[in-house]
Amino acid sequence: MSSTPLLDDLENGRWPSFVKEIKRAAKNNPAAKDLLGIVELSYKEKVTHWKHGGIVGVVGYGGGVIGRYSDVPKMFPAAEQFHTVRVNHPSGWFYDTKSLRKICDIWEKQGSGITNFHGSTGDIILLGTRTENVQPCFNELSDAGFDLGGSGSCLRTPAGCIGPARCEWACFDTLDFVNDVTQSFQDELHRPRWPYKFKIKASGCPNDCVAAIARSDFTLIGTWRDSLVIDNEEIKKYVAKGVNMREDIVDRCPGSSLSYDEKTQTLTVRPDECVRCMHCINKLTKAIKIGSKRGATILIGGKAPILRGAFLSWVLVPFMELKPPYTEIKDLLAKIWDWWDEHGRNRERIAETIARTGLKEFLKAMGIKPVPQMVKHPRSNPFVFYNR
Amino acid sequence: MARTDIGPPDFRTMLPEAIKANYGNWQYHEILNPGVMRHTAKGGAQLYTVRVGSPRLISVDFVRDLCEIADAWCDGFLRFTSRANVEFMTPKKENVDGIIAAAKKLGLPVGGVGDCISNIVHTQGWVHCHSAATDASGLVKAIMDDLYDYFTEFRLSSKIRIAVACCINMCGAVHCSDLAVVGVHTKPPKVDNSRVPSVCEIPSTIRSCPTGAIRKNPDGEGVVVNRERCMYCGNCYTVCPAMPLSDAEGDGLAIFVGGKVSNARKSPMFSRLAVSYLPNNPPRWPEVTSTLRHIIEVFMTHSRKYERMGEWIERIGWERFFTLTGIEFTDDHVDDFTMATESYRSSMQFRW
Repeated sequence: MSSTPLLDDLENGRWPSFVKEIKRAAKNNPAAKDLLGIVELSYKEKVTHWKHGGIVGVVGYGGGVIGRYSDVPKMFPAAEQFHTVRVNHPSGWFYDTKSLRKICDIWEKQGSGITNFHGSTGDIILLGTRTENVQPCFNELSDAGFDLGGSGSCLRTPAGCIGPARCEWACFDTLDFVNDVTQSFQDELHRPRWPYKFKIKASGCPNDCVAAIARSDFTLIGTWRDSLVIDNEEIKKYVAKGVNMREDIVDRCPGSSLSYDEKTQTLTVRPDECVRCMHCINKLTKAIKIGSKRGATILIGGKAPILRGAFLSWVLVPFMELKPPYTEIKDLLAKIWDWWDEHGRNRERIAETIARTGLKEFLKAMGIKPVPQMVKHPRSNPFVFYNR
Repeated sequence: MARTDIGPPDFRTMLPEAIKANYGNWQYHEILNPGVMRHTAKGGAQLYTVRVGSPRLISVDFVRDLCEIADAWCDGFLRFTSRANVEFMTPKKENVDGIIAAAKKLGLPVGGVGDCISNIVHTQGWVHCHSAATDASGLVKAIMDDLYDYFTEFRLSSKIRIAVACCINMCGAVHCSDLAVVGVHTKPPKVDNSRVPSVCEIPSTIRSCPTGAIRKNPDGEGVVVNRERCMYCGNCYTVCPAMPLSDAEGDGLAIFVGGKVSNARKSPMFSRLAVSYLPNNPPRWPEVTSTLRHIIEVFMTHSRKYERMGEWIERIGWERFFTLTGIEFTDDHVDDFTMATESYRSSMQFRW
């Protein structure tokens, strides 16, 4: 009889199975085999069998490797140490197969052969190795042109959407920006020294395909300052194909900025009323295009609920042009980190520091003038700290 | 010694020729079916993308399988999406069927583009995490087995984005997903005061608690937890390993609904609590999969074209959401945390 009946059940069904994958790795690797045993035990007992952390790393870095130890080492000795190595992905998660095969070969030799493509932040996650393999693994990765990602209270691996590589809506070069900012802040990424983690994500348009507004402390979302562009010849073709311009497009516009003339089959936009939500552009890809004066909105503070509650990032700079070498945005980042270093408490994300001190104070420290685009509405109380 | 601070490889070395040639020059795209997109550049060049699902937790042999497809059909390049799908790209229309056949041969689902349920963003769970209240890979497998056809076929008139987090740290955009499953602890941490003084720093442990439930042990060394004030977040456990809070009986799952990150039509929204507790029932979590399926079916019946889950709920009101789904509204649903009052209603506009 199988020793893993509960996990075996997850080999059935149509969706590809992670259990099959662990078993594939387990054929040649005792740690992967023992991982299967540990996870089966958790399925049986309904508790985790991983202990809390442990300091493991490579020479010169303060992060990139997460120490992991099992609490059942006697039962499953080969997976007693099962450390994670985070590997910084290339922007946009593009790979040539030569590089991927190289990573596979390294990981087969130095670890369990089990991996995530990718972790939530964006790194390649190499799951499960022993302390003595960590440095050799890093050495080989480095020789292959790869480097570790962030862990701990540092700049986490920046990530972005596919951008201009394959998307007509990229308002700036998300891939180049992510690559540039990652290379520029290697020290901040590899040597944790802040109150807590700091994430940067870049989406090329307001569709926000990498959830930058929800998942990053420093959020860039592409936008434009002039008008979207309508090609009414293409509109006519969509109408001929049965698109209901009024119900499906005009009525759904949150800025009430579109009008449609049934007789001439003409769609027009009042640019001043458009809020650039992307709905009409998403639905009529051939007929409506983003504007040409392009840049990004910079937002700050996005995070999950731990600890004071979840935040979606707040508008900090409504519009900034984003062109290499990105000096303006790098200066802003440096200023933010300085301020947070000074005012942030231990394990306090930047949004929590701002919430505690007030956005007003933060803007003052950044030298940014408040504008209405930053708030949903002005304050409704009269308790102003007048300074006149 | 290894070179440090070299950063990731430059992405420009990882781009296929068809992308390099048309970088920043794309004109429009079409979704040909749930697994295939066609992008057209200015000047008429075209690129086909085939998207396939993956379990995210994979072996190196799986990656090598993907490489074989990319070598055979895509000039040796591929990419991953932020939802752990794999994308094979080719300028040659005639290669599309070959890619699909090769993916299917490996048992990989082709789909997830457009108005689909795409792959589930998720966390590590019992495979690797010390604070997990449940497994993530297993839940995802069980859910995607059940919702498989929503990945491979167009059954919806909008996207449904699902996320799974194995504890309330919510690694992944669980707090802004159409449907989210979150592992929850429901018992206070088990304080081991024989270890607390040696492995934990007491002041930072006390300060780690957002509700002020932890104080110095009045009767000796270590700390005590005020059960009444604990909401089981586990922040203390992250700071102090001698107070674990996993509990086989207490741990379970909560379901959140109605979040989104895109700005299309409505602004981004948080997910809100729909079901506060379901039992942790591996390996198939039938209570979770059936609840998700039920919510999706009610949503499909009542939502309008293009409406995301949160837009639908905003239009009909939460009271109608609970009526239509038959989910019971309990005192668990009433917020009592830091920003609670923002959720209380001050309006005569409601439905029955």
